[in-house]
Amino acid sequence: MKRQLPLLLVFVSGIFLVIQYFVPAEISDRAYEFMLDWTVIIGIFALALGIWSLIRVSIEKIQRKTHDHNYTYISLAGLFAMIILGLNPWSAGLDDYTFSHLFRFVMIPIQSTMFSLLAFFIASAAYRAFRARTVVSAVLLVAALIMMLRVIPLGPLSVYINDTSNWLLLVPNLAAKRAIIIGVGLGMVATALKVVLGIERAYLGKD
Amino acid sequence: MTLYERLLVLDRRWIFLILAIVIVGAIFVPITIPATAAKEVEVIYNTIEELKEGDYILVAMDYDPNAMAELHPMSYTILEQCFRKKLKVITLTLSQNGAGMVDEALKGVADSSTMYARITPKYGTDFVFLGYRPYYALVILSMGQNFRVNFPADYYNTPLDSIPIMKGIQNYDDVKCVISISGGNVADAWVANANGRYNVKVALGTTGVMAADYYPFYQSEQIFGIIGGMKGAAEYEHLAKNPGPAIEAMKIQVFAHIVIIAFIVIGNIGFFMDRRARKRSGGQE
Amino acid sequence: MNDLRRYLFSLRLFIPLVVAIFLVTVQSSFAQSDSVQTQPRQDATYTPAPVPPSPPNNVVLRDSPNDNGHAIEVRWTLSADDGAGADNVVLYEIYRAESADAPDSLWLKRGSAIKGAGVYNDRGEREESSASYFPKGKDFYYKVAAITLDSKSFSSVAGPMQARDNWFNGTRIPVLLYTIIFFGLTLFFINAAKKGMNLYVRPLAGIEAIDEAIGRATEMGRPILYVLGLGTASDIATIASFTILGRVSRRVAEYQTSILVPCYDPIVMTVAQETVKTGYADAGRPDSFIEDSVYFVTQAQFAYVAAVNGTMLREKPATNLYLGKFYAESLLLAETGVMSGSIQISGTDEIAQLPFFVVACDYTLIGEELYAASAYLGREPLLLGTLKAQDWFKGLVIISILGGIALRLLTSPEWVQKFFEMT
Repeated sequence: MKRQLPLLLVFVSGIFLVIQYFVPAEISDRAYEFMLDWTVIIGIFALALGIWSLIRVSIEKIQRKTHDHNYTYISLAGLFAMIILGLNPWSAGLDDYTFSHLFRFVMIPIQSTMFSLLAFFIASAAYRAFRARTVVSAVLLVAALIMMLRVIPLGPLSVYINDTSNWLLLVPNLAAKRAIIIGVGLGMVATALKVVLGIERAYLGKD
Repeated sequence: MTLYERLLVLDRRWIFLILAIVIVGAIFVPITIPATAAKEVEVIYNTIEELKEGDYILVAMDYDPNAMAELHPMSYTILEQCFRKKLKVITLTLSQNGAGMVDEALKGVADSSTMYARITPKYGTDFVFLGYRPYYALVILSMGQNFRVNFPADYYNTPLDSIPIMKGIQNYDDVKCVISISGGNVADAWVANANGRYNVKVALGTTGVMAADYYPFYQSEQIFGIIGGMKGAAEYEHLAKNPGPAIEAMKIQVFAHIVIIAFIVIGNIGFFMDRRARKRSGGQE
Repeated sequence: MNDLRRYLFSLRLFIPLVVAIFLVTVQSSFAQSDSVQTQPRQDATYTPAPVPPSPPNNVVLRDSPNDNGHAIEVRWTLSADDGAGADNVVLYEIYRAESADAPDSLWLKRGSAIKGAGVYNDRGEREESSASYFPKGKDFYYKVAAITLDSKSFSSVAGPMQARDNWFNGTRIPVLLYTIIFFGLTLFFINAAKKGMNLYVRPLAGIEAIDEAIGRATEMGRPILYVLGLGTASDIATIASFTILGRVSRRVAEYQTSILVPCYDPIVMTVAQETVKTGYADAGRPDSFIEDSVYFVTQAQFAYVAAVNGTMLREKPATNLYLGKFYAESLLLAETGVMSGSIQISGTDEIAQLPFFVVACDYTLIGEELYAASAYLGREPLLLGTLKAQDWFKGLVIISILGGIALRLLTSPEWVQKFFEMT
């Protein structure tokens, strides 16, 4: 029973949503929104579970004094500082000076820094990967070089490079992408069908 | 270990260091990279340019501060163009961490328009910021019915009906076009839900990495234009005769690309020389 | 006397002069009064009274199709002065009232359509609290006005018409058709596989490498890092990844090595915990499962990357598996994995991230291969059946594309395009 009930729930809601897609009537709209609301509510409760998990894992790291466990203090301090500042009833909420400044001048720059590391990683990955080992990888290398040269102004040559790179983007790249997208779309339907029919049930757990 | 072998196993930290030096160094090189606008960028500029004073335009700045460096320049240039054309600009964000950033950006653009173009766009009469709402696909869909479904009030909690610019403005039918500047999947929803369902003209501004993904939509005319990354932003600044951070950043991009190309070439020279040396010595590849 | 004669002579000359002056004056004054009288007449010929355009005709109402019952579609025949005749119609305005003989003040303007358009969809909100609420099941009357720069003329009133719920979205028939075909194919092949039909699937290097990678981790005595990506539990890629996680954790339990699963989404974390637990139970070692091996990190993209990269550099996992939905963090994760010397296997349906994974990982599952992985791993007939159905359906898609191209080349069939248009 413990296993049948969730499977039945998945089956019923899966089939319902398939039918809902074809029924434009207001009641169908509202039922869909009702289900979406539930997703949000479950998400919020699950967030509490998530934070609890983070705290528990961090405390355990500190207790066991694992390698580099000092960083754990920083993550816990960050977590509690933002929660306390955000929920402080005497502050201005999101407009609170300390809260908004921590967000703007600590959080945003750190995130931008992480993102900009991508440039360095692309450089090192490109250095390692773009070797003309075989004919196919030579083709890849040439295509990559053309795409990169597009950014560099080379006088009259730029026109040809631009045209070629546009062609690369719009013809071979797009053709391959479309094929992958169609495959992905079918795979999605198939997987969803497997879940609805209860063939795929790894997410359910055992008991 | 021969020089070529060394090249093959070059420590990545050398690459990082050289790239960092070039990027920082490029900031101080006093050159401007010439920009020629691509068709897909120019069409957006022309569309906005052809709008009449008082026409409405929706600018969605759907990105987090993470993507600020790449997407802010195009947002600024487009907003400045709209203010210069005296269009009525409705803005919003569908990105969780975007609201504070967009609010700040709007104030910044209004200030710079006052300073440089001697136009003083007023909040509430010339532009409005609706704020952020979660579940972007649903928000985009419901705005086809009415902006008030998800945004009964603006970012500052003023009811929409008491904001002069929003009086009588219902849905996409009242705006000439939508420009979504986005750093994620929100762009898909604009194409599928706003253009697909309500037939409103949509153009996208995206990060460089994402741009290639959205060219199919440009080709199928589901979007009328696309600005891709810093290069696109620089082209837009060039068109708007409003040189700014993107044109400035292009020189850094150019130098960084030259370095990466140089590294790829060096890597390949090392690879071929090493292979030749091995073949000569009868070793296996 | 001579003086007198001269005087009279001059008088004779003078009289006609006076008469002439008198006549000229009278005539000119008449002429003046004439011109005063004709002035207004001349004005009238320069600014004629506005001539209203001919009105739009045949206003037809119908319940707007394929919707949730809060819209009415208004169609009309264009005014004779739109595109022809005086060609001065600039737009049409659509008015609505609750009765046909409502006074002018109760006819509400609902919207406008530009010239040349013969249709307007008058839709409104479904919430009663909304300013633009459109009541369902209520009689409405419509009239359409053709507007020129200085005048307008109304059509006759049409109605009544009610907006109603629709129970089937007719524009989605193609989707329904293809869905039925796909469902049918899947059920057929599942059935065939159950009956023992031999279904060949080509080997996938990435999948076959998973076992090898787990073995390597066991030999090295280092953990396996499993990253589910940034997807939520409703993303198909994440669901597919759960299945692979189940198999991996079973193998991990059998080999008695360890697994780390840092999560981005709390719901994903909860499901992943259950999945890993099941894997351990399937391997007969439920007691070896450590709940904290599956843990939540953060919902901020780059903070998540920082945390996972930190784990990689500290714990030096022997194998990193990135399976699920990935965005800009893909290369940041995979390059750090290269630095820590791990074997890396990745798989995602985010096409933009595939090149990054291909460059930095040892094996990459491209797009649908990720979804297919569970079938490859399990070799169960049910799973293989769905895979086969996918292949056959792909064949059908190829035929449809070729058919579409052929139709387009041979004729210009608007009905095909119409058939596939969706709302």
